[in-house]
Amino acid sequence: MALLEVRDLQVRFTTQQGVVRAVDGISFDVEAGESLGLVGESGSGKSVSSLAVLGLVPNPPGLVTARSIRFDGQDLTRLSPDALRRLRGNELAMIFQDPMTSLHPLLTVSEQLTEVLGLHAGLRGIAARRVAAAGLGDVGIPEPESRLDAYPHELSGGMRQRVMIAMALLAKPKLLFADEPTTALDVTVQAQILELLTDLRERHGMALVLITHDLGVVAGTTDRVHVMYAGKLVEAAATRALFKTPRHPYTAALLKSVPTLIGDPDVPLPSIEGQPPDLTTLGAGCPFAPRCRRVVERCRLEAPRLELVSATEPGRRGHAAACFEPLLPTAS
Amino acid sequence: MSELHKTAETRGSDLRWQLSDADLEELFRQSKRIKGESLGRDAWRRVRRNRPAFAALVFLALVAFGSLLAPLWPLPSPMVLDLQDEPQPPEWVLARGGWDAKDIWDLNPLDSALLQVRASVFGDLQTGHWLGTDSKGRDLLSRIVWGSRISIQVALAATLCSLIVGVTYGAFSGLVGGRIDNLMMRFVDVLYSIPFIFVVIFLITILNEYRAVLVDDYGIEHITVFYFVIGLIYWLTMARVVRGQVLSLKESEFLAAARVLGASTPRILFRHIVPNVLSIVIVYLTLTVPAVMLFEAFLSFLGLGVEPPKVSWGLLAVDGIEAINPIKTFWWLVFAPALAMGSTLLALNVVGDGLRDALDPKLRGK
Amino acid sequence: MSPNAKRTKPALLAVEGLVKEFGVGPKNLFGRSRDRLRAVDGVTFAIERGQSFGLVGESGCGKSTTARAIVGLEAATAGRVLFDGRDVTGFSRAEWKAYRRRVQMIFQDPYGSLDPRQTVGSILVEPLAIHGIAKPRARKLRALALLDAVGLDPRVIHRYPHEFSGGQRQRIGIARALALEPDLIVCDEPVSALDVSVQAQVINLLKELQERFGLAYLFIAHDLAVVRQLCQRVAVMYLGRIVEEAPRAKLYTDPAHPYTQALLSAVPLPDPDREAARARIVLEGDVPSPIDPPSGCSFHPRCFARDRVAGDRCRTERPGLTSRGDDRRAACHLTLAEAARTPGQPQRVV
Repeated sequence: MALLEVRDLQVRFTTQQGVVRAVDGISFDVEAGESLGLVGESGSGKSVSSLAVLGLVPNPPGLVTARSIRFDGQDLTRLSPDALRRLRGNELAMIFQDPMTSLHPLLTVSEQLTEVLGLHAGLRGIAARRVAAAGLGDVGIPEPESRLDAYPHELSGGMRQRVMIAMALLAKPKLLFADEPTTALDVTVQAQILELLTDLRERHGMALVLITHDLGVVAGTTDRVHVMYAGKLVEAAATRALFKTPRHPYTAALLKSVPTLIGDPDVPLPSIEGQPPDLTTLGAGCPFAPRCRRVVERCRLEAPRLELVSATEPGRRGHAAACFEPLLPTAS
Repeated sequence: MSELHKTAETRGSDLRWQLSDADLEELFRQSKRIKGESLGRDAWRRVRRNRPAFAALVFLALVAFGSLLAPLWPLPSPMVLDLQDEPQPPEWVLARGGWDAKDIWDLNPLDSALLQVRASVFGDLQTGHWLGTDSKGRDLLSRIVWGSRISIQVALAATLCSLIVGVTYGAFSGLVGGRIDNLMMRFVDVLYSIPFIFVVIFLITILNEYRAVLVDDYGIEHITVFYFVIGLIYWLTMARVVRGQVLSLKESEFLAAARVLGASTPRILFRHIVPNVLSIVIVYLTLTVPAVMLFEAFLSFLGLGVEPPKVSWGLLAVDGIEAINPIKTFWWLVFAPALAMGSTLLALNVVGDGLRDALDPKLRGK
Repeated sequence: MSPNAKRTKPALLAVEGLVKEFGVGPKNLFGRSRDRLRAVDGVTFAIERGQSFGLVGESGCGKSTTARAIVGLEAATAGRVLFDGRDVTGFSRAEWKAYRRRVQMIFQDPYGSLDPRQTVGSILVEPLAIHGIAKPRARKLRALALLDAVGLDPRVIHRYPHEFSGGQRQRIGIARALALEPDLIVCDEPVSALDVSVQAQVINLLKELQERFGLAYLFIAHDLAVVRQLCQRVAVMYLGRIVEEAPRAKLYTDPAHPYTQALLSAVPLPDPDREAARARIVLEGDVPSPIDPPSGCSFHPRCFARDRVAGDRCRTERPGLTSRGDDRRAACHLTLAEAARTPGQPQRVV
């Protein structure tokens, strides 16, 4: 059994324009210790779905429904808010894009870290401080003792993100959600944080869900990748398979359209025409159909389900895509 | 200089534009059919959908309508005395009566015309004392309707005054920036620190002293001066709000774009800054009006504002409180003016709140 | 034109020793700050007609300030900006106006760079109106042609910015910059705020417009992959200075400065095999504060190659931006050959 099993997760937001189906019935698993990339553009539902798993979607305007969300054997949909909060601090953790807004601006690093330790490990005083310093050292902060008494604004963006990670790791979570953890950072600092996350995951044996819009970020950091578009999971595969033989036309087009350091720069990028759809006015068909080059009549009438497209895939879970006309595995 | 110009003028013809002029004319014709939704219209749509705000807006329109057309309604005179032992309680009957122009203070030509319309429509039919009478036997409903005229006049005049002074001062300070901005804002801080009630009492005492001079030599009613005194107090916050808005607009990329295009300062001010500051000013106005009305009531309550026989809502409340005695409460004398004032203020606040949401760029199109 | 200028045609835009300082920290009674921040510290480069030039760096390296100084949104503290051989810092009001017809700008934020209270039509007509070009009706037709040129349906001319998506707004911003038919467009991170699937559209559009109208671009970006798509020449900035400038082919295949090497190796590749195969250089620490920049070479505290330089030179002596042959310049004490040596053991902080 997987560490996290999400079945038919839906998140709807009621706005004045109508109901936004931010996440539209997605199911996925996260195995213990694995690293999963959740990729999508803004509005694809990648962040909202992880917030929904953690019970952090504000209601109203949000409404989360799911057949089940099983984490480590217990169904999160049936937990009391209190029990969920305890779980969130201990075994499930999350870090966000902007570490400045996630840290309390008026408390020192040590005050914030020891508060967490007091809540989850019952540690106080010198003992808590020592553990906090060790936690900072663990995420590669030089001279952790001296950084303990700094306020968040005295730290650089990269340092703040390290403090956030240290705080998330204090309770030794089994699963860490990282929502665009490097988007606000510079390229050289992004490289540091990604290395750190990979290293920590291996040392602590925790599972990582890395949520990002950047395909490059998941390529080097994750074991599996799930691609989301307009609230739906359109493709799920082992990282290598997804990048080598994308089966969903959206994934394939996205991979080709991203500017990289490889290839002839004078050839125009094969871009995806059009804009991501408006989630309030989604019809019955595949949400990608209006921009898709392989579109057939059926695509506009019914939405394809996420189904296995190749059984020969190494690994247990195979390669799945939600498409009536998936690309052939040789097409890359 | 001339070189730069020359090159700029000679270029252009060789650019390859793909559409012919005829194509463009056709597109231009078609484009007229695809109208965008302006922010104003978008805001109006959102106010309409916001039920409380829309209800409050309708209520305010009714109040304004009722007050403006006061002589048209078949109400008893707000002035004619009927000295009785004590105020009469509300009574839902119709009566005969009617009154003519000399039963009311200063009627302008429009009001006189309205009075004539009333006479021809309703004849001598008029309402009984639907809200009772006051201690001098005057009809309370009529006094509330006529009193609303003064309250609304004070509110509008004072708000307009604060609008003009506040927006000009704030926009100038924000636009110029630097040391002048600093000085101007410190001046506002100093004014803020003065307890205004004392200044007003002082000013109005002086005004009362010289009211005869004002009327005789300058033809100014002392009440007009009173409006502006209130207005001059309420511009401070407006100036701060506008300055803050201008400061943040100054940093916006679309202003940078306008400067890169070569737009002059007046153009930037009137094309870009003023329209963008307008929404917050409108919102703030709807919040200033109730504040001014309350202040007028407060001053009238102290006997410093409107003077009998003229009537304003604040004055009505004073009358009501004076009429209360330990033996009999005459509840309607307090309740009716308070309700009129309270509901209007509430409506203004609700509309202000609704407008703030409707004009919020972050909620645009939602 | 002077006979001298005729012989050797000056570059379209030449920036010479540009310096921009800002006052930071607590202000005294007169509103002056005691601390000075040198956002741009002696930047020199040139852009030829029809060329696109990339200025790359991390946040706070001074690339945007350089752009703003070129278009006149900031006044330079020192140095010159020469347009067609003429120094813009000494321009009169009328000369500035003429200059603005030839140098335009595209902004980063597609939401903040369009006035929310103007229709698309008035946004596009405004530049023509400011410069008194054409009659009102002809201006409207020009606005339609501009919308068509940037790939939008011209019939949307009466709509408001809030009715468009980010990518479409950026197209409107591009159309506005094109309205005056400039020679040079300064693009300040024009795609970094856009969705991934829309970025490629805008990059392709910028390329296409460059070919059609013979535009020169100064392209400011933090993303090396995006710059590679668009620019023929690239300069890398670090803490207010250019550390390397080279033609695209050389900079991306054979970077001369250790910082460029690190920057390139930090760009994530959407290809797991290549990601696994390459030796990533992970730099130590963060970019230092420009208020108190390091001594000598400002990159030395993070440099992985500093022990290849003999003695204390990196800490004490600032390397100048010198030619490395082949039309390229770099600011490093290492020679091209020394720097090109693959970094033996990449530094890891984790």
